[in-house]
Amino acid sequence: MPIRRSIVGIDSPDRLSIALRDAQYLADDSLATTAYLALALAKPLLLEGAPGVGKTEGAKAIASILGRQLVRLQCYEGIDSAHALYEWNYPRQMLAIRQAGAEYVNIYGDDFLIERPMLEALRHPRDTVLLIDEIDRADHEFEAFLLEFLSDFSISIPERGTIRAEEHPVVVLTSNRTRELHEALRRRCVYHWISYPEPAREAEIVMMRASQVAHDTARRVVEAVGALRREPLAKPPGVAETVEWAEAATLLHEQGAPWPSAFRRAIGVALKDQDDMMFMEPRLDEILRGVAA
Amino acid sequence: MTDALPRPLLPFMQFSALLRANDFSVAPEQTQSFVAAVGLLGPRSMEDIHRAALATIGPAPERREEFDAIFRLVFLGQTVAASTTSDMDDEEELEAFDDRDGGQEPPETDEMEESGGAPTGAERLFARQFGGLSENEALRRFRRQAPNALPRRKSRRLAPSKGRGRLDMRRALREAVRRDGELVRLPVLQRRDRRRRILLLIDVSGSMKNQTDLYLRFAHTLAQATDRLEVFTLGTRLTRITRALRRRSPDQALALASTLVADWDGGTRLGDALQAFLSVPRFAGAARGALCIVMSDGLERGDHTAMTDAMERLDRHAWAVLWLSPLAGEDGYAVETAALKSVLPHIDRLGDGSSVASVCGEVLGFERRLRA
Repeated sequence: MPIRRSIVGIDSPDRLSIALRDAQYLADDSLATTAYLALALAKPLLLEGAPGVGKTEGAKAIASILGRQLVRLQCYEGIDSAHALYEWNYPRQMLAIRQAGAEYVNIYGDDFLIERPMLEALRHPRDTVLLIDEIDRADHEFEAFLLEFLSDFSISIPERGTIRAEEHPVVVLTSNRTRELHEALRRRCVYHWISYPEPAREAEIVMMRASQVAHDTARRVVEAVGALRREPLAKPPGVAETVEWAEAATLLHEQGAPWPSAFRRAIGVALKDQDDMMFMEPRLDEILRGVAA
Repeated sequence: MTDALPRPLLPFMQFSALLRANDFSVAPEQTQSFVAAVGLLGPRSMEDIHRAALATIGPAPERREEFDAIFRLVFLGQTVAASTTSDMDDEEELEAFDDRDGGQEPPETDEMEESGGAPTGAERLFARQFGGLSENEALRRFRRQAPNALPRRKSRRLAPSKGRGRLDMRRALREAVRRDGELVRLPVLQRRDRRRRILLLIDVSGSMKNQTDLYLRFAHTLAQATDRLEVFTLGTRLTRITRALRRRSPDQALALASTLVADWDGGTRLGDALQAFLSVPRFAGAARGALCIVMSDGLERGDHTAMTDAMERLDRHAWAVLWLSPLAGEDGYAVETAALKSVLPHIDRLGDGSSVASVCGEVLGFERRLRA
C-alpha cells in the first residue's frame, strides 16, 4: 500500500485543517483526519451526508489547497463509460479516413480521443483532483465499473491498450445517501459522514462565506435554521441555505425592513419545498420572533 | 494464525473479527488501512484511533452506536478500567461477545430455482389464476412469474438493438473500417428495460393483526424476486425491514424482521406514520418513480387530514399507488370510511388484500390493469 506521509507540505490532520481554513472551508477534526488519511493512504475519499452540508465544497477546497484543478464528474442514471472515461471523435475519424484515401491513417491517435473526467484524472494525476459527485444517482452498473477504476487506477481502451496512472490520483466521491452504496465500493474508500455543523461552527461558516453579515445576524440565522432542521421537513435547509438566508435577510434589512420581517421575507432561500412551507407557515413567525429577540 | 502476529496488532485483528461477527463487512484491506492510518496519525490519543477506524471501515451512520460499542470493548476495555462504561454499554458488549462465540449463522443452502418459469402472456388474468391456490403454492407461483410480470420502466442506459433507435457511432465506425468505409447496416442503440422500484408499506397496527404475518411472507417472497425493493412497517413508529427480508430463508428473515419491529399490534395513526416516512428524505426518495404498495385497512380514527396529505404527497412521488385492503375482498365491499374515501383520488387502485393469493394476483396484474 503506497503511503505518502506528506503531500504539498501537509503532514498531519491539523495542518490540513489549517490549510482548509485558509481555503475558506471549516472542517471539524474528524473530517480533517479522514481527509488527511485519504491523501496519505492514496485512497478515494467518500463523503456522505444530507444535501447541502458541504460535500462538494469540501472537494473544491481540497483541490484548491493542493493547487490542482478540480475535474468534476456529475453522476446520473445511465451514465456510462462514454461520459465518464473517453469517447472517440467519430465525425473526425470519418473525415480522416476520407481524406487519407488509400494512405494509412491512425484514427486512434490522441487527436481523435475526447478525454472525459476519469481519463483526464488518470493521465494527469499530479495536476487534478477528481470529484465523482452524487454517486448515489448513478446506477449499479456504473458503480461496478467504478470499482475497477478505484482499485487499479487503470483504464483499458481496446484500440490503445491500458492506461495506468503514474500515481494514485486524488479522488473524492460524494453521496446524498438516497440509496445505499455497494459494500465493495465503500471498502475501497476512506469514509466520512458529514453531519450538520455545530451552531457555533455554522455561525463561523456564515461569517466566512457571506460577504457582509453581522455576527448577530449570523447567530440568529443559525438558530432559526437549527429550529427548522428539528422539524420533519422534506428538504431541511443545508449550510448553503443558511449562508444565503443570512445574506438575503441582511440585504432586505439594509433596504429598511425590520429584523423579524427581513428573515420572514427571505424565507424562500431557506425553505424550498411548497409542502414544507405550508407545514411551517403557522409557526414560522413564532420561531423568527424567538431568535430575533 | 494470530499467534504469529506482533502483539500490538492483536487488538486490530480482534476488532475486525468482532465487527465481522456482528454483521459488519470488513475486508482484509480495510484492516490493513486501519493499521496504516493509526501509524500515520501517531496516534496521539485514543480519539485518533477511533477516527482512523471510522474513516477506514466506514460504518453506516445508523450503525455508529453499535460500531462504537465494539470499538470501546476492544480498545478501551484493555487500557481503561471497565467502570468507565455505563450499564447500557455493558449490555451491548455482552451481545457483541455472544455473537462471536456462537452466533455465526450457518451457511445458507442454495435453494434451487425451478428453471425457466413459463412466460406469462400479458393477457392472462392473474387474479383468476391465483384464485383457489394455497398460500405456499401462491407464493411459489408468484416467485416464478414475478421476473416477467413486475412493472418495468425504460432505463436511461442504452444497449445495442435490432430495431429502431439512436445511431451507435462507435459500432458504425468499426464496421465501416472493417468494410473499407462502407456501411451495410446502421447499428443502433435502444433504451433498455429495467425493473421498476417497489415500495411496500405494511400497516402493523392492531386492526391488521390477522394479516401482518401473511403480508410479511409476501414481502419476503417479493424481496427474493426483485432487488429493487424497500419495505417499511407502519405502526406507532416506522421501521425499515428491507435488510432483514433479504435473507433467503423465510424463517430467518421473518424472525429477524419481527425483532426489528417493536410495535406489533399497537394502535396506529396511519397518517402520522406516513408523514414520518415522507419527512426522511432518504426514505421518501425510495418512493420516487416507484410502484408504491400500501397494505392497510385504512381505518383511521379521528381526523384524517394527515393521512390525506401524506397520500397526496406519496402519489406525487410515486409512479403509481396500489392500496391493498383486507376488507376489499368481501362481496359487496364499498368504501365507507371517510379516511379511505378521502385518499381514493390519490391511489391508482384499491385492491383485494384478504389473502396471499389475492395479493399476488393484484401485484402481478397491476401493470397490465394500469395499461388497459
